[in-house]
Amino acid sequence: MVSQLRERFPEAILTENLEALDPWVQVAPAWLRQVCFYLRDDPQLRFQMLHLITAVDYLEKASSGPETVSEGHFELLYHLSSLEHRHRLVLKLRLPRWKEDRIGQLPEVPTVSDIWPAANWHEREVYDLSGVRFVGHPDLRRILCPEDWQGHPLRKDYSMSHQYQGIPGR
Amino acid sequence: MLSWFLQFGFPDWLAYGAAGLVKAILVLVLVLFVPMLALWMERKIAGRIQDRLGPTRTGGRFGWLQSPADGIKLLMKEDIIPAAADPLLFRLAPYLSFCAAFCVFVVLPVADGWAPAGWDSALFFFLAVAGLEVFGVILAGYASGSKWSLFGAMREAAQVVSYEVPLGLCVLVPVVVVGSLDLQEIGRMQEGWFTGWLIFHDPFVFLIFWIYAACAMAGLNRAPFDLPEAESELVAGFATEYSGFRWAVFFMAEYAAMFAWSGLGAILFFGGWNGPVPVASWLGLVSANGPVAGFLGNLLGMVNFLIKGFLGVTVMIWARWTLPRLRIDQVIAMCWKYCVPLATLMLVGVVLWQGMTLEWCSAPPADAAQEPSSIPSQWPGRSAGSGKAAPAAMWRFAGRLCADLQVMENKEEIVP
Amino acid sequence: MDFRRRKSLWNISNQGSTRFIALPPEEFDLQTDEIVVNMGPQHPSTHGVLRLILRTDGEVVKQVQPEIGYLHRCAEKIGENLTVRQFTPYTDRLDYLAAMNMNLGWALCVEKLLGWQVPEKCRHLRVLMAELDRIASHLVAVGTYGLDLGSFTPFMYCFREREKILNLFEAVCGARLTYHYIVPGGVMADLPPGWLQECSRFLDQFPPTLADLHALLTTNYIFIRRTAGIGVLPLQTAISYGCTGPVLRASGLRWDLRRHGEPIYTQMYAPYDFQIVAPQEGQYPDDGISPAVPDEAVLGDCWHRFYVRMREIVQSVQIVRQAIRFYQEASGTVGEPMKIQQKLPVAEAYLETESPKGQLGFLIVGQGTPIPRRVRIRSGSFCNLSVLSELCRGCLVADVPAIVGSLDIVLGEVDR
Repeated sequence: MVSQLRERFPEAILTENLEALDPWVQVAPAWLRQVCFYLRDDPQLRFQMLHLITAVDYLEKASSGPETVSEGHFELLYHLSSLEHRHRLVLKLRLPRWKEDRIGQLPEVPTVSDIWPAANWHEREVYDLSGVRFVGHPDLRRILCPEDWQGHPLRKDYSMSHQYQGIPGR
Repeated sequence: MLSWFLQFGFPDWLAYGAAGLVKAILVLVLVLFVPMLALWMERKIAGRIQDRLGPTRTGGRFGWLQSPADGIKLLMKEDIIPAAADPLLFRLAPYLSFCAAFCVFVVLPVADGWAPAGWDSALFFFLAVAGLEVFGVILAGYASGSKWSLFGAMREAAQVVSYEVPLGLCVLVPVVVVGSLDLQEIGRMQEGWFTGWLIFHDPFVFLIFWIYAACAMAGLNRAPFDLPEAESELVAGFATEYSGFRWAVFFMAEYAAMFAWSGLGAILFFGGWNGPVPVASWLGLVSANGPVAGFLGNLLGMVNFLIKGFLGVTVMIWARWTLPRLRIDQVIAMCWKYCVPLATLMLVGVVLWQGMTLEWCSAPPADAAQEPSSIPSQWPGRSAGSGKAAPAAMWRFAGRLCADLQVMENKEEIVP
Repeated sequence: MDFRRRKSLWNISNQGSTRFIALPPEEFDLQTDEIVVNMGPQHPSTHGVLRLILRTDGEVVKQVQPEIGYLHRCAEKIGENLTVRQFTPYTDRLDYLAAMNMNLGWALCVEKLLGWQVPEKCRHLRVLMAELDRIASHLVAVGTYGLDLGSFTPFMYCFREREKILNLFEAVCGARLTYHYIVPGGVMADLPPGWLQECSRFLDQFPPTLADLHALLTTNYIFIRRTAGIGVLPLQTAISYGCTGPVLRASGLRWDLRRHGEPIYTQMYAPYDFQIVAPQEGQYPDDGISPAVPDEAVLGDCWHRFYVRMREIVQSVQIVRQAIRFYQEASGTVGEPMKIQQKLPVAEAYLETESPKGQLGFLIVGQGTPIPRRVRIRSGSFCNLSVLSELCRGCLVADVPAIVGSLDIVLGEVDR
């Protein structure tokens, strides 16, 4: 399966780990859409179902002081499965925590919501909670937090504001 | 009632006054206690249907006082008028509904001669006034300033206006059999054994009763036709913004109307105040045996009527707690695609049945048209004729009908 | 068409000469305004704090836009701040109607990450609890679905039976809603004495009561008319939106993680004999209790979604019966709950289990400490709800509760 992918997209597949609990393949973000189309439509693969999109924040910081340089990275996990062939695969994307290392600029990833409609809400959720911008998403709004919420709570450097709409926090 | 008082030699003014007072009290009693009892019944029956007890503590073992307690609670509640509402119309709406629901009791005879107003056009009055209830609901929906209320009002308008048509046709069928719009007259026609009830008169009346029952429930917005207040779709429909006393008034109107329509059904189809077995006449409790006997007979008749009315209410409650709700397009389709054509068919059928089975059609009196006063007495009751050859009988019947209509017109002019 | 022609004939211009003007067809359509209605977050039939923004044209819904997040309790953020053992009670609060299944999913995911195996007796005990809770959850789904359609009584019947299951759970773990019973490493405690007899008694008494639900809902004509052919979800759409559980199976795919999941989960169910409930060519395998499929039903409509749940209840009863036997036959312990400060490896584990609402997935990213780096929850309700705007396009207002109810969402799980 992975060798098939490697043959088809030699530049797209960066690393892989097939010994992990959930075998994963790391994909270059630029190639994500091509790889996903291929995974969904190839008769040998037929990954028709997207289960989950997750952003994991790998912020390696000792102190909780103000952030000066961006450290660590994001990992985006796409859990796919095929009901037909009964196999599973995890796609991993490695992203910078901030776009072009400028703090406040959300990193960008091409959307897959037109490949799997299920991704629509998952991408909104990742955008809302982890702050990853999905380029090409038809309706990229916050989904769980209120529209005027500040920050992205599942980032490791997030600190809750003391007040929201006059409601004291903490 | 008036003549009953006059029998005792009361002066005229006292007789009129007493008769009016008794009637007023009668209506008031019905109006106040029918919804209370119906509400208590609803709670108890719903509870039993749902494998629970219903109210058990308020006022003793059976929760007798649940309804008054509820009423007191609703009176105590804060009076809320939403800011977006039209205050005058918002206040007016429940009373409009309430008045319509209770005015119909004025013509509803609970026993022979025991109708507050025994008009000969009582049925017409009933239909006309009961139809006014919808205005209160539409007004409530419009004046509430809420979209859910507006939805409910639109549904109510569509539904009730549609169901007026088959309901009108349904009540015409017993009228054709009896030949009178006077509810007391219709009741008197069904004296004796239960076989004399109109529902057993002919197959058309039997079938039309079921259409009447369905249409009455739809016209009353009772489940499964409770679309204007469908709580799972429209929150509470037209009643969304109402609370406290005004909501209670809507509620009372609903239950009173329920009883009124099932009472009308009892009169039109189930013998009104006449029991299944003519016990009253066996015991000699008829007005011919003196006022006391007449009074006792009427009391018995009233009990009969109330039992029949509440049986109808019970059936409505039973249906409510059993069936899921229909959708608005299904309700309207049921009205126009099934109820109206069927009711029309039954009406035509009963007219033909009457025309072919009545004796007087076979041999019409020669001087029928010349003697207007004699005609009402010649309207036959349930006496089935020999069923002569159809076409000739029908033509005679049609001619007779025209003559009668002429007579009725003349009569209108004579009696204001 | 005729109407338009005539109208254009009347269109007289300022010059006084009649001109034929080709008007666009919209000119003669009834000009109606679309209104935007908020269904929820406080609405009786949105099953919690779901908010649906409806754009309606009269009774026809043009667009439905679900807005969620009113019950967001930051479960994933909490998971990043607690050890996995400490997080177990929080999983109860996801789908609070099937907390046992939530516990089970979390426990298995942690065990997968740690590479643990629980004793056989514990596995059977977990199956027993999870399937009992599946019955309870489906009973709520079925009962509230009747409520959404205006039928109140089945709801009470369902809750009556659910109460008995909750009593059993209370005897096991002291809680009736949020159990915290199945924990990573085992279960909190073994069964109390006499519990299995109580459970068997419930299982003997319970299946006949399903006949009432079938009579009141499944085979009721109004119910069929309200649900059959409504909200049809084609299989491809269901898969592409990530719909799982009964929603997916009702679209005709025999897919159940209890059979098709990962080994750590399927080995629990390997000795059990049960059917995967999914229609094949519109028919279901015979299970002895459930009635036949009506002609009106279409694959993937609301009726099938409802019916799949009704049949899964029967299957779960069978599983529980077998689980009681297997549990009694198995030897050994029921496992040992993991320590609070158990360190996690630097690894990721994702595991999906078949919860009553759909496939429930937990992702744990360990970082070498007892506290995971990331906890992610894939809830079946979340994905099932995302297909709602697809299903509701062009339906009637009354169909919206019917469709939402048939998806059987729990907002605690949607918003997490």
